[in-house]
Amino acid sequence: MALLDVQGLQTYFHTEYGLVKAADGVTFHVNQGEIIGLVGESGCGKSVSILSVMRLITSPPGETVGGKVIFDGKDLLKYKPNGREMRAIRGSKLTMIFQEPMSSLNPVLTISRQLTETLELHLDMDKRAAKERAIELLRMVGVPDAANRVDDYPHQFSGGMRQRVMIAMALSCNPAIIFADEPTTAVDVTTQAQLLELMKDLVTRLNTALVIVTHNLGVVARYAERIYVMYAGRIIESGRSEDIFGNPRHPYTIGLLHSVPKLGERHGTRKLIPIYGLPPDLINMPPTCAFLPRCTEKIGRCEKEPWPELRAVGDDHYISCYVDIKGK
Amino acid sequence: MTAYIIRRIIIGFMILILVTILVFLLVRLLPGDPVMRYMANFTGTGQQNVMTPEQHDAMMVKLGLDRPIPVQYWDWISKVFRGDLGESLGVQQPISKLIADVLPRTAYIGFWMFVVGTFGGLLVGIYCALRRGTWLDNTLTTIANIGMTVPVFWLGILLIYLFSYKLGWFPMYGWVNPWDDFWKSCTYVVLPIASVALGGIAGMARLTRSCMLEVMRTDYVRTAWAKGLRERVIVVRHQLKNAMIPVVTSLGGTLAMILGGSVFIETVFSIPGMGLMMTTAIFDYDYQVVQASALIFGGIVIFSNLAVDIAWGWLDPRIRYG
Repeated sequence: MALLDVQGLQTYFHTEYGLVKAADGVTFHVNQGEIIGLVGESGCGKSVSILSVMRLITSPPGETVGGKVIFDGKDLLKYKPNGREMRAIRGSKLTMIFQEPMSSLNPVLTISRQLTETLELHLDMDKRAAKERAIELLRMVGVPDAANRVDDYPHQFSGGMRQRVMIAMALSCNPAIIFADEPTTAVDVTTQAQLLELMKDLVTRLNTALVIVTHNLGVVARYAERIYVMYAGRIIESGRSEDIFGNPRHPYTIGLLHSVPKLGERHGTRKLIPIYGLPPDLINMPPTCAFLPRCTEKIGRCEKEPWPELRAVGDDHYISCYVDIKGK
Repeated sequence: MTAYIIRRIIIGFMILILVTILVFLLVRLLPGDPVMRYMANFTGTGQQNVMTPEQHDAMMVKLGLDRPIPVQYWDWISKVFRGDLGESLGVQQPISKLIADVLPRTAYIGFWMFVVGTFGGLLVGIYCALRRGTWLDNTLTTIANIGMTVPVFWLGILLIYLFSYKLGWFPMYGWVNPWDDFWKSCTYVVLPIASVALGGIAGMARLTRSCMLEVMRTDYVRTAWAKGLRERVIVVRHQLKNAMIPVVTSLGGTLAMILGGSVFIETVFSIPGMGLMMTTAIFDYDYQVVQASALIFGGIVIFSNLAVDIAWGWLDPRIRYG
């Protein structure tokens, strides 16, 4: 039984140009202690899916209109977005790390206050215990001189240090799942690696599941156990990390892997092949497969039939495609 | 921090000196001079041609108004530094005594205008931001847009017409010291306070609403939601303090607006305060009183702005004084 089971999640945004189906039938699950990668290009609905699970979609304009989010045996979509039940889960069982460390911390509150408020709220700690725990958390995420720095304000921290604070915040109440939405996109490459190693270390130690949302394939290749590839608001391929990278079956995934350089590969031995074209306009989605206009493998059936459901092509390996591409 | 405050106080004094120079020149640009007025009142005929030119000149010499303007200014400002504001030409009393009489009245109504305007505006603004898009928000925002543009004296006259003349709830005009008869004074101050405070509420509400909406969209407020905090905690702890930074900055301006409004409203409601004294003095060519009032109004505005800048540092830890 999966820890989190998301089925057919649909989140739409009402805009002045029309209805944007940002997530349209997203299905994935997370098991305890697992590291999951959710990849796809910008605007494919990765963040929206995660925010929908957390019930953090701002309404209006956004609205989660369909699907199920089963966590701990209960459907989170049945709760009011900011109701008591949802608030009790948010920040304690399900937590988030956001992309922008520079702006995700409140500039006028001390680091201490921002860490202790969840501890006081979810774990009923008193001020003194919460503060001690906050210092301990900062030490855990590698903030030097934590006891003194805990009373600093965010602007006194560097970007990488702030993201460590965000990680500490996400870990503070022993969550079941941490959603990291592009956690390292805004920091430089060395810090990126440090942060990812740190997160991996901590979640492994605490047996917490980690969902990394990213457009960076390198990040998921190294850390994720299972990977979901999203395109135009849907999961189009999912499987174990080694299957996705070693034996990709969906033309989009194959295209993605052709377009990134590999470490250790000699310069000039392989030409990078881009995926031509642009992702579809989410307002005027074709009734067929959304990848069809860019697909190099299309067959007659693709033009006539609707977007295929996910089907198994291997052990725990699913694609949403009519074409069978064997042994790439 | 101390160095910053000292520097700001020195700059404040320099601005104040410039204000007094400007006012000193402006009153002397008015056509006519205080002596004509003074002589006319003196003889009680209301005629201005009762003096011979020789008498007029003699009086100007006696009052020192024949001397070059820089000399007159130096004479006046050096007395001010010695704590002597001079004597009113119109009522022949020391100006410091006049001000001691009228300033508490203006301060009293000004205080209430400021409190009602600021807190009323904050409450309306926060409410509208939290319930944006509802019919009540739209109505209040529309009223605030109108309220910002309505002239204070026009609103005052309208309120008198409606609440005093038609409904008879309040006296039309006049003043009773609150320290003499508090309840009676309340009936006199409600309308003038309302006339000025409405503009204050409107401006403050619009600013608060837009600042709150801006803060609501920030990443750190989303972080706060992701922590599972309740809306009230998020608003009070995470949004208000951030939204208050520009709002507090505007408080200095609100105070200036209230002082400006009091000049009008004291005239409309015949409240014997600083504003009325200043207007009367302008019509009477009472140079000394105009200069003294401008000095005091200017001082209040300049140093309340300084107080605001210091309050900033307390609100926003990122601000460093240097």
